[in-house]
Amino acid sequence: MSLLASEPAFFDNQLEVSLPFTPEALASLKAGQLVSLSGTLYTGRDQTHRRLCALLDEGKELPVDLAGQLLYYVGPSPARPGRVIGAAGPTTSYRMDSYTPRLLALGLAATMGKGARSAEVRQAMLAHGAVYLAAIGGAGAFLSKCIKKAELVAFADAGPEALFRFEVEKFPAVVINDLEGRDYYALVAAGNKKGEG
Amino acid sequence: MREIDSNEICQGVRDLAIGAAHDLEPDILEALLAARDRETGELAGNILNVLLANANIASRDRIPVCQDTGTGILFLEIGQEVHIRGDLHAALQEGVRLGYEEGYLRKSVCDPLTRLNTGTNTPAVVHLDLVPGDRLTIRFLPKGCGSENMSSLVMLPPAAGTEGVVRHVIERVLAAGSNPCPPMIVGVGLGGSFEKAALLAKKALLRPVGEQSERADVAVLEERILREINGQGQGVHGFGGINTALAVHMETFPCHIASLPVAINIQCHAHRHKELVI
Repeated sequence: MSLLASEPAFFDNQLEVSLPFTPEALASLKAGQLVSLSGTLYTGRDQTHRRLCALLDEGKELPVDLAGQLLYYVGPSPARPGRVIGAAGPTTSYRMDSYTPRLLALGLAATMGKGARSAEVRQAMLAHGAVYLAAIGGAGAFLSKCIKKAELVAFADAGPEALFRFEVEKFPAVVINDLEGRDYYALVAAGNKKGEG
Repeated sequence: MREIDSNEICQGVRDLAIGAAHDLEPDILEALLAARDRETGELAGNILNVLLANANIASRDRIPVCQDTGTGILFLEIGQEVHIRGDLHAALQEGVRLGYEEGYLRKSVCDPLTRLNTGTNTPAVVHLDLVPGDRLTIRFLPKGCGSENMSSLVMLPPAAGTEGVVRHVIERVLAAGSNPCPPMIVGVGLGGSFEKAALLAKKALLRPVGEQSERADVAVLEERILREINGQGQGVHGFGGINTALAVHMETFPCHIASLPVAINIQCHAHRHKELVI
């Protein structure tokens, strides 16, 4: 089996972006653009979302201030001893749709997962000035190499669904929804019927 | 009568679970390489390269191919002349538990109502078939749920016919969009009963990727559905191109004159499967 012997150079045309986003960097993103993310982000999937919203319901403070941050939908596999993290690719985003507008209203600047978002989430992103990115689904081993530090922040008992803080370096992603309301999946579907491109 | 000790089965299942998570089989790797070589979209081609590199890193560094190491699905073919010493079901579950613990795999199984994680990735789903002979075959298919969630079952009226089946499968697969991590493998179970169709759709995923049905008319349908899905240009991860699906595998079984069950079980590109014959 002639597998690739080494990791090839990907995405020469990636835009390098620091996390958390500055308002200018956020505004400069365009649907379809490849970005390379470096800096700090937070993670959360189904259980973290459920619990964050339960805390909001109870009028309690969240374990982390999400304003201006990127929330990555991931449930990593456990790290082997001596490793930072196990596989850590994106999980499907639509499962978070019912919670997302509430977090965007708190100032969350960006979310990252895979798959399209609901009309409600797209609307809330426009209203609150947030973007949505897709990471590469099923590339958990590859993406784990871009995670330099992983720190548990909250909900330890949720196991892989806990809330972590990651330090990432050159983490690749694709802008799906930008601040001007463009949706890359929709653009592809509209322009690419019958496989022309 | 051949005797097989359940401890041997337990150890075998443990190794299958760990192997499946880290090492993709040649059939899926070859399908991904072929997809990369024929890909026309630039971004899609880049991502296929990432997926091939990902498989390489996973195998080399013992990091799971995907963080969703799945729920365990076990298919057993037990020869009628085999006697299993000990508790078969306990051995299977213990094998899965050990594999997920010792292989640093993600435990993703929880109670459907409380959502509390069982902490062991068990129970695994077990399917048993009794077959002639004195061998035991165990197939392990850890199934991630980004793709599993896009699966469906419908009871079409017989009048829907072949065209109805084809249209339904294509619609469902395209509606799944980028959620199931395309390029995907589409398992279709046609006929039987409600539960038989679902099982056929899953068993269709066990066939080597791209191997056609032995039934010529079914093979024609598989190829037609694959061509039409890929002609829609959704492509790898919904980013355009010609590789939305790698293969369509359809399994059929006779059904009631009043019925036409169609089950679709979608598998992602991280198609993990391992087999052990004792």
